[in-house]
Amino acid sequence: MARMKFICDAERCIECNGCVTACKNEHEVPWGVNRRRLVTVNDGKPGERSISVACMHCNDAPCMAVCPVDCFYKTEEGVVLHDKDLCIGCGYCFYACPFGAPQFPQAGAFGLRGKMDKCTFCAGGPEENSTEAEFKKYGRNRLAEGKLPACAEMCSTKALLAGDGNVIASIYKQRAKTRKKGPEVWGWAMAYKEDANIAAQEVKS
Amino acid sequence: MLLTRKPSSAQKTTTAGFVARTNSALGTMDRRAFLRRSGMVAGAGAFASQLPFSMIRKAEAAAAPGTEGKMEIKRTVCTHCSVGCAIDAVVQNGVWVRQEPVFDSPINLGAHCSKGAAIREHGHGEHRLKYPMKLVNGKYTRISWETAINEIGDKLLKIRKESGPDAVYWVGSSKHNNEQAYLMRKFVSLFGTNNCDHQARICHSTTVAGVANTWGYGAMTNSYNDMSNTKCAMYIGSNAAEAHPVSMLHMLNAKEHGARMIVVDPRFTRTAAKADQYIRIRSGTDIPFLFGMLYHIFSNGWEDKKYINDRVYGMEKVKEDILKKWNPKAVEEACGVPEAEVYAAAEAMAKNRPSTIVWCMGQTQHTIGNAMVRASCILQLALGNVGTSGGGTNIFRGHDNVQGATDVGPNPDSLPGYYGLATGSWKHWAKVWNVDYDWIKAQYASQAMMEKPGMTVSRWIDGVLEKNELIDQESNLKACIYWGHAPNSQTRGLEMKTAMEKLDLMVIIDPYPTASAAMPDRQEGVYLLPAATQFECAGSATASNRSIQWREKVIEPLFESKPDHTIMYLLAKKFGFGDQLLGKANGKQNIALKGDEPVVEDILREINAGTWTIGYTGQSPERLKAHMRHMDAFDVKTLRCTTDVVDKETGYNMNGDYFGLPWPCYGNAALKHPGSPNLYDTSKHVMEGGGNFRANFGVEREGVNLLAEDGSHSKGADITTGYPEFDHVLMKKLGWWSELTEAEQKAAEGKNWKTDLSGGIIRVAMKNHGCHPFGNAKARAIVWNFPDGIPQHREPIYSPRPDLVAKYPTHADKNAFWRLPTLYKTVQDKNKDVSKEYPLVLTSGRLVEYEGGGEETRSNPWLAELQQENFVEINPKDAEARGIKNATFVWVTTPTKAKLKVKALVTERVASGTTFIPFHFSGWWQGKDLLDKYPEGAAPIVRGEAVNTATTYGYDSVTMMQETKTTLCQVAAA
Repeated sequence: MARMKFICDAERCIECNGCVTACKNEHEVPWGVNRRRLVTVNDGKPGERSISVACMHCNDAPCMAVCPVDCFYKTEEGVVLHDKDLCIGCGYCFYACPFGAPQFPQAGAFGLRGKMDKCTFCAGGPEENSTEAEFKKYGRNRLAEGKLPACAEMCSTKALLAGDGNVIASIYKQRAKTRKKGPEVWGWAMAYKEDANIAAQEVKS
Repeated sequence: MLLTRKPSSAQKTTTAGFVARTNSALGTMDRRAFLRRSGMVAGAGAFASQLPFSMIRKAEAAAAPGTEGKMEIKRTVCTHCSVGCAIDAVVQNGVWVRQEPVFDSPINLGAHCSKGAAIREHGHGEHRLKYPMKLVNGKYTRISWETAINEIGDKLLKIRKESGPDAVYWVGSSKHNNEQAYLMRKFVSLFGTNNCDHQARICHSTTVAGVANTWGYGAMTNSYNDMSNTKCAMYIGSNAAEAHPVSMLHMLNAKEHGARMIVVDPRFTRTAAKADQYIRIRSGTDIPFLFGMLYHIFSNGWEDKKYINDRVYGMEKVKEDILKKWNPKAVEEACGVPEAEVYAAAEAMAKNRPSTIVWCMGQTQHTIGNAMVRASCILQLALGNVGTSGGGTNIFRGHDNVQGATDVGPNPDSLPGYYGLATGSWKHWAKVWNVDYDWIKAQYASQAMMEKPGMTVSRWIDGVLEKNELIDQESNLKACIYWGHAPNSQTRGLEMKTAMEKLDLMVIIDPYPTASAAMPDRQEGVYLLPAATQFECAGSATASNRSIQWREKVIEPLFESKPDHTIMYLLAKKFGFGDQLLGKANGKQNIALKGDEPVVEDILREINAGTWTIGYTGQSPERLKAHMRHMDAFDVKTLRCTTDVVDKETGYNMNGDYFGLPWPCYGNAALKHPGSPNLYDTSKHVMEGGGNFRANFGVEREGVNLLAEDGSHSKGADITTGYPEFDHVLMKKLGWWSELTEAEQKAAEGKNWKTDLSGGIIRVAMKNHGCHPFGNAKARAIVWNFPDGIPQHREPIYSPRPDLVAKYPTHADKNAFWRLPTLYKTVQDKNKDVSKEYPLVLTSGRLVEYEGGGEETRSNPWLAELQQENFVEINPKDAEARGIKNATFVWVTTPTKAKLKVKALVTERVASGTTFIPFHFSGWWQGKDLLDKYPEGAAPIVRGEAVNTATTYGYDSVTMMQETKTTLCQVAAA
């Protein structure tokens, strides 16, 4: 069974925001909620690098650990999903998440948080696959259609990779080997407790 | 220790089914398909995926949300930049519900930037102009199409009658598809004026003129794809990572395989962030830098001597000039780059061949733009890089179809296909159009006006405001039709507003009201007509690499909008030349009508029938459509199809073709020329897309041979030395005339390859003899017919360096240049010391999220959310000196006295002394939001100050390109 993961190749990311709008478009995510966003370091200076960040679908996800109503679950492919019917919008997951993935539409009085929303790896939610109900709450379920997340599929420079961890790691490894640069994969140590230097690892594919 | 030990209570309600389905869905993908989905495989083979959905449907038992109703997939192409990214639009019951990446496209392999990935919003268009409107007592009021056409038509006919046809200015569009752009030129000609233009004027006009005059055609020589074959690429005046993001796919691939990347720019752009070497130059000093490189190339003997001898005219004199003027000290003084950096760039380009150069608006939008682009050409000629894969001048165009609109669209100085405006050109097109030449002539004020280039879009405001006795036409402009063009992309906004207010009539034809609707303070005399986007009609568009792609119609026109070509026909009918527009005469009709819509395929066939000069003749609708259905047949690195791939619908076999039949695709479709992937490439046979430099400038000059030397010719040519272009006389002299059929001989008698409507001369020269119809000559390092034959650095009119103005002064003033007096020295002298008051260079450029004037993109919530305010980039040192804090409002003022209220972005991206403002914003006017001046509900979501409200005077000395890249400003905290 595939274990789904993301890689963002900082040597390739040009901060074009294609992943961001691809996500907005596919899931019709409202203004103000950003399931995916760009983070740039050294903006405007030599050494400028950008990374596209969303839920990384961690092995041992902190959001799952802290959720007081236990609304999270993990699919057999390692995708971390949640149930909006259970979510109480408490925001604990937001504080626990190292990637800032959980988003809260600012609806209601007194700054009341709505139901949490985050990247689903384009895998929908607990509703019946590819139904109107699932789409409204969680967006499209591309995995169920045999497709990969829209953000990675549309990435302008193929910097953002999504799919079976072993496959994308081997792609990345090949790239790093060819260019002799950027062996470290951002976020992997944190999300998957794996050595970030995947180019140096033996990857089974 | 794990954080999550407890079993979760939340679960997929249908776990079993989910897993089963997911498995089966994934199970249909082999590794290759998977890699394609993760975007990894360059190329893509024959794996059946014209429609990525087909494989999914089989696997997918459950229907996607709301799948009841007819689901169709329409293949289209992004309408933002010129890369030409393909898109599969999923349409359900006439509604555009989803978009899918087209992994098979050799151009973009499914990749998109933020604009392309947000393209589906065009199918919603909530902020569109929804119906025809007219300004009544300062408010936009809804009217019917019938009323609109009648009232606009009557007013224009009245102006035409009272002030002549040249009193109306038609601003066309690079967002039109080829067929609409072409029809627009014809439409304007039938109205009787050459006063028309489009975005190319302010985009790459200097490139087109400078490059065409150097070696033949004014276009990108190679392709985005071919950049993956380069060993070294130098971007100078291009921020591709923001302006052409998907092009970076190919460059980064080359880079990962060892190619070097150099970025030369006043700003440390996002493109620079990816470079091996970044070089900061002072804005407007490209020539000192490029000639500084050539100084090292010549000094070290790195130039390609054989290539220069065989294929270049005038390089010796250029070399002399460079060695005399551009030693490292002079270079550093002018552009601010130390010798070591210039040397390193020169060495990298010389020792990593084939090397390529990329430029965009950073070179073109200057008063000496035509000279800057030629300096770039000279660098590539010296290195022998032109006409080779991995080399060339990769000139990235701006709009999705600015290349096509330049080739066949509304240009003031030429009929379609760069035929010019001479009597012979008119007779050629009149014949193709099936319209009587004398009838057209009678529509014009006179034959002289018919053959005189019109005003340019950069200067139409002066056509309104200039004293009548100083302009080179009878009347000043009384009406202006903005047809798919933003006003905020042109300079001198203050004067533009005055001009808009002085006009008798303004008509805006566009999917959006644009800033034109909101800028002028008028009470009446403005009409807004809703035009359909390119997703609401079919047609072809030419990407920057000259590949032509066919867009299917995705959805019906939204609201009450109509396609541009339908609006043209309605107006033509009102003006009384509907039949002429369709070429209906003597029992023949070139273009059929479907309702009020001229049939797009027929328009393309008419383009095919007449545009021999640049080879727009082989791209029949059938061939183009077949290519779009079989994108997987074409290789990503070469763009070529190398196996038998037969399109079922047409029976057409694509074997040998290059994707999109990049022009020139010579001869008629039956000749089956494959298109030209890299121009002037002598290593290939002309029937395989090879070529050589064009013989367009005579055979000798002052006793020096202008044709190619012995032994220099395209592969397999029967003539193994230089030769002039082919005409009936040369064919007869060579004894090849008899190879034309009788019918061809009849059509070709007295003609040359460009005017022979049978295509016989081309067929015989190319297919039978391997010769290039346009001859085989040398490129010109010296363009003697330009103001500076050898490119010369001249300081911008508003220069921060009075000392260098004295050393490198601008041109003398000109009278009657494109019908208008044009000032250089007068303005420069007057403003010699203006930098005391306005010490900062102000330059402008693009953001990845927006395009052009930005009306469409700022109306798209998915994009607008990402850039909500306009800003000025200012160096921390300059900000500190002015007490300016990051993210606070500032006033930017320029010598025009205009003031812009924007946020300060304090960043080292710009050097001290330089500021930058993106040009996509409009909707504010000197600090005031114009929201209430737009039609209700049709204002863009994000509005902001337009940088061009404050830009200054200055125009290129050949093409009237506006100076936007170098002017001066002062910034103060607000």
